[in-house]
Amino acid sequence: MFDTDKWQEIFSTIKKNKLRTFLTGFSVAWGIFMLMILLGSGNGLQKGVEKEFESSATNTIWVWSGQTSLPYKGMKPGRNIQLVNQDYDAVKRTVKGIDKSSSRYQIWGSNTLSYKKQFGSFNIMNVYPDYGIIERVTIIKGRYINQPDIDEFRKVTTISKQVEEALFKGEDPMGKFINVNGVPFKVVGIFTDDNNGGDDNNRLIYLPISTAQRVFSGDNRINTIALTVGNATVEESKQIEQTVKSRLAVLHKFDPADPRAIFTWNSLEQFQKFQRLFSSIRLFIWIIGFGTIIAGIVGVSNIMMIVVKDRTKEIGIRKSMGATPWSIISLILQEAILITSFAGYFGLVLGVVVLETVGSKIESKFFSHPSVDLGIAIYALLLLVFSGALAGFIPARKAAAIKPIEALRDE
Amino acid sequence: MIRLNGINKSYITGNNQLHVLKGIDLHIKAGEFVSIMGSSGSGKSTLLNIVGILDNYDTGDYYLDNTLIRNQSETKAAGLRNQYIGFVFQSFNLISFKNAMENVALPLYYQNVNRKKRNRIAMEYLERMGLSEWAEHMPNELSGGQKQRIAIARALISKPKVILADEPTGALDTTTSYEVMQILKEINQEGITIIIVTHENDISHMTNRIIHLKDGLIESEVLNGKHPVVK
Repeated sequence: MFDTDKWQEIFSTIKKNKLRTFLTGFSVAWGIFMLMILLGSGNGLQKGVEKEFESSATNTIWVWSGQTSLPYKGMKPGRNIQLVNQDYDAVKRTVKGIDKSSSRYQIWGSNTLSYKKQFGSFNIMNVYPDYGIIERVTIIKGRYINQPDIDEFRKVTTISKQVEEALFKGEDPMGKFINVNGVPFKVVGIFTDDNNGGDDNNRLIYLPISTAQRVFSGDNRINTIALTVGNATVEESKQIEQTVKSRLAVLHKFDPADPRAIFTWNSLEQFQKFQRLFSSIRLFIWIIGFGTIIAGIVGVSNIMMIVVKDRTKEIGIRKSMGATPWSIISLILQEAILITSFAGYFGLVLGVVVLETVGSKIESKFFSHPSVDLGIAIYALLLLVFSGALAGFIPARKAAAIKPIEALRDE
Repeated sequence: MIRLNGINKSYITGNNQLHVLKGIDLHIKAGEFVSIMGSSGSGKSTLLNIVGILDNYDTGDYYLDNTLIRNQSETKAAGLRNQYIGFVFQSFNLISFKNAMENVALPLYYQNVNRKKRNRIAMEYLERMGLSEWAEHMPNELSGGQKQRIAIARALISKPKVILADEPTGALDTTTSYEVMQILKEINQEGITIIIVTHENDISHMTNRIIHLKDGLIESEVLNGKHPVVK
């Protein structure tokens, strides 16, 4: 079947029927090209949004307090709930499934930081060492807050790159003391935090929570508890969230069903929502992609049918010269397969080139690094080649089966 | 070489059945030069197509070189055509995207002769037809006479036992027609059986035996254009 003579016969036919070859090839190349662009864009969209979530751990539960809205055990609604260190300790000690955890005590507003004659207004975030992991802080120099800092109430701070730039003006801040609301703290590290272009997470310094509570008369108050749940599923994560809530309900004597006493935000749940959104978008893209392929198949089929019709007389001549039906069918099929494979490959390469050149230049909040699974593209190509061959096979078999005299009469 | 016994052939077009051949008995010996004549619709082309295994028949027997030809598969028919028969058509039937040499070489492609060899043989046959300098030309660059000579070269290249020509001069002027007939005559003298279908008297009188068809039956036969022969 793969004798060179037949290929020479096919090549000479292709060379002399350029328009026909181009039309067949074009519909295949276009189909594959569009599929590549479509799948690539879908991937780019997904990667863009996933990158959004990279700024903090995707398995975190945040807990903060509010006001009761339901009466409970004789107490009126409207009580303020204030979380304290004991709540954090109790949650950490009693709730199973918690991986990393930290409480957070914030000092919002105009906190003046100063070093020598430079000063600026920044937020102060007072945390445990795990918080650096939960928030995915990147240390670029020195270290983050550690456990000895907490245990020994050290006056140390990890400052952001922005704070360093504002206060130190090129001087090395490591080991220097900055004034935080009048109290000197030793700089032990510099961090950055990728926060999707916003700089809220970069306009602050971190202090050990124990030190801050003591120095800034925070007493034992905390604002937020952050927990990560390891590899828990959404259901497990929701379960942990619920356990934390009911634990706090007991400690603070409010109705566990009260929606306003304690607020939580489960990022795993949010992340999964986006995952679901993306599986729907992927499905949508696949449906369109499938449609594109179908359109390509119809195009190839149409052209192949016309080609066979066009060649009916030639088939008659060949048959009168002693061509067997199979030799006619294989001649037409091999030509179809050759053209569709080459054209499909061309469309594939073109699609990759466009995605790599144009796609990589489009870098926005929700679009990043469009790329396509080559395996899928090759499957689509094989499907097109196969359907092109099938589309050629049916009329070719018909043409090969009719009496040569009828084929010869065809004008 | 060719023996037909009671050949019947009908075409069904829609609801109508058209009885074209109504029992043909014919014996053509090897080396004969025969013409089949008749008005249009007499069944002469149909007869030629049956002899050429291009078409099948309903009832009767057809022996080609003592082989019964009946309801054979297309693949087998293709082999028989390739081995025994060369065709020459009124409309030449050259493949338009192949040059003269490639057209002549085509039957050898179906005998699995390699490209180099079949093109060399094709050149020999073109030379014989006096067309070697036209070998690279496409059919649409050639005159009718040239095209028909290429078609004859193509019919000869597979060294057939029988040449079947359907109105070989139908599309040619008188001078060219006579040239083509001269070539066929020379081929016949080499021992190849030739059957031509024509409606032109002068053409048929260049053959050795004329068979007149009328309404699907053999009306009369004339030998050497002189003596009527008794069936």
